Amino acid sequence: MAVDMRLPTVRKQISLAGSNSNADGKHLVVPGDVITSDTGFMRGHGTYMDDEKLTASVAGEVERVNKLICVRPLKTRYNGEVGDVIVGRITEVQQKRWKVETNSRLDSVLLLSSVNLPGGELRRRSAEDELTMRDYLQEGDLISAEVQSVFSDGALSLHTRSLKYGKLGQGVLVQVSPSLVKRQKTHFHNLPCGASIILGNNGFLWLYPTPGQQDEEEGGYYTSLELVPLSDREVISRLRNCLLALAAHKVLLYDTSVLYCYESSLLYQIKDILKPETMDEIVMTVYVLSYDTIWCRDRYQLCFGAAARPPALMGQQPGKFVGDQRRPSLPALNFIKGGGKRDSSRHGAQHCNVFEVHDSPVDPTAVLNT
Amino acid sequence: MASVQISEAEKVYIMHGVRDDLRVDGRGCEDYRHMEIETDVVSNTDGSAKVRMGHTDVLVGIKAELRRPRPNVPDEGYLEFFVDCSANATPEFEGRGGEELGVELSNTLYKVFNSHRSLDLRSLCVCPGEHCWVLYVDVLLLQCDGNLFDAMSIAIKAALFNTRIPKVRVLEDEEGGKEIELSDDPYDCLRLRVDNIPCIVTFCVFCLLVHVHQQVGHRHVVDATLQEKACSAASLLVAVTPRGAVTCVRKLGAGSLDPDSIFEMTETGKRVGKALHAPLMELLQKDESLGKKRQKVGFLA
Repeated sequence: MAVDMRLPTVRKQISLAGSNSNADGKHLVVPGDVITSDTGFMRGHGTYMDDEKLTASVAGEVERVNKLICVRPLKTRYNGEVGDVIVGRITEVQQKRWKVETNSRLDSVLLLSSVNLPGGELRRRSAEDELTMRDYLQEGDLISAEVQSVFSDGALSLHTRSLKYGKLGQGVLVQVSPSLVKRQKTHFHNLPCGASIILGNNGFLWLYPTPGQQDEEEGGYYTSLELVPLSDREVISRLRNCLLALAAHKVLLYDTSVLYCYESSLLYQIKDILKPETMDEIVMTVYVLSYDTIWCRDRYQLCFGAAARPPALMGQQPGKFVGDQRRPSLPALNFIKGGGKRDSSRHGAQHCNVFEVHDSPVDPTAVLNT
Repeated sequence: MASVQISEAEKVYIMHGVRDDLRVDGRGCEDYRHMEIETDVVSNTDGSAKVRMGHTDVLVGIKAELRRPRPNVPDEGYLEFFVDCSANATPEFEGRGGEELGVELSNTLYKVFNSHRSLDLRSLCVCPGEHCWVLYVDVLLLQCDGNLFDAMSIAIKAALFNTRIPKVRVLEDEEGGKEIELSDDPYDCLRLRVDNIPCIVTFCVFCLLVHVHQQVGHRHVVDATLQEKACSAASLLVAVTPRGAVTCVRKLGAGSLDPDSIFEMTETGKRVGKALHAPLMELLQKDESLGKKRQKVGFLA
């Protein structure tokens, strides 16, 4: 048995002030900060007028669109958009609808007419369907769904009208802040390490063992309660700890960053990943591996210095690798052979292998020790 | 206790994991979460400690006051416990919602520390029958993520180690009246011997089919999170001193337990509890030896 006790230490803050890469960067404010004294602007969300001065009411980044100034908060409840994929938990069963908790200001609504009936029948919902709602989805069940529309009060209306949505079976739920989940084309990923993940836009991430064969005639209501093998469990536990480590460092979550984190965590035992120093090392390695993506460039330079480059990329042009910003948009897919069939693991991309020995190594942990 | 909703499939996944000794966060059944302990966080108490175990956050403050001793034990001081479940932890504790849990926790603490072997109460006596030190131990729950008892007991032990009671002398004048004189030196303090103070180990018991014999068996885990607690049948609390003596065994929850498994858990509790004390004392000694160089973190981390 292991007991790990230690004295607490102040987390090293990577300061954003006074660095060149942020010269034209974000205008961050806290509640009470005066944004501008100019009266020519219209005030948007997150601001209020205090003695003719436009003041922020939330902590976040100032956004200006022509004459409209609003403050987008850094940490907020989930604000749904139409088309988002979410993972939610049923809290109530009401007449002809379920109430779903999705980490937003109001509980979302899943109407009985928005779910697939078991067996895939297409018919009008009868009174019997209403009475047997609890057989389909009970309080406490987890579902994956898509946002169909937004009510006038801000509540979301969900639907599970596709075979890929529905009740979720065995797995692990990880809750992070909604602003950390990147908007992507697809949120369902079968990771090559042996597990699958649903990155809900509302910050609920679902990890589950990759299903063996697809038998979806049930319409997604049959949940398998069979034993999940130990190897799959290890992968899922490791991924869970990796997600928590990335969330603690406010790293944007998408399939590639999760995968990089998983690969760099293989050096450690699963239960050791959540120790503060191990988390720091793993995330530093993720920064090195993701150097070619836009979000990472600033952080890498803040950690390692403005002139530093990751070892394998020295002497090569950045941007030659397939980073996320290189993924072609949908119309362009037609012109690229095999472009649409690229799977999300991106194993074909050349990424820096930090575990190889290089001539002039950059030691990621050196920053922590200084 | 703060409760989480959990689906049937998640329950099955967690229970199978417990059976295979690989919990959701990769720990084994007898592993504790990473703990951070800090003493001397509240300046206007005589001793304080803050323990953070995963997302569970507990703050303990100890104040010493002079009172009359209890009539049946005139040469001993005593401890008074009060547990406050703050609404910071969960909205369920708002108003009087946390009172029931707080009373249950306080009563358990009374039972745990009710042994002569745990703390030498005679050292708290100033004048037999007239004055003694009473230690008011106040526990504040800041965040709840399962395993409150263990975190509380570790925090209480650390706070008692940190407690500095001013030394007093009782002077008699000619008419026989007694006066209490406080020592001039503010650092002249009485420290408590915490060698034998028990630590609580809470076991969460799961009922599952053990596939070897295809019968219902029990598995227990140490340091359960809220999700694991939601899947469990009952909990067993064992308070163990560093020498292996058990001061209190208590069952919490509504499920039923097998007598054999209770015995087994008490034995495991002795082993696990003994293993908790050594690193804790080492850490507290190290904390003390740092002295002025100690980095005060408090509530910022």
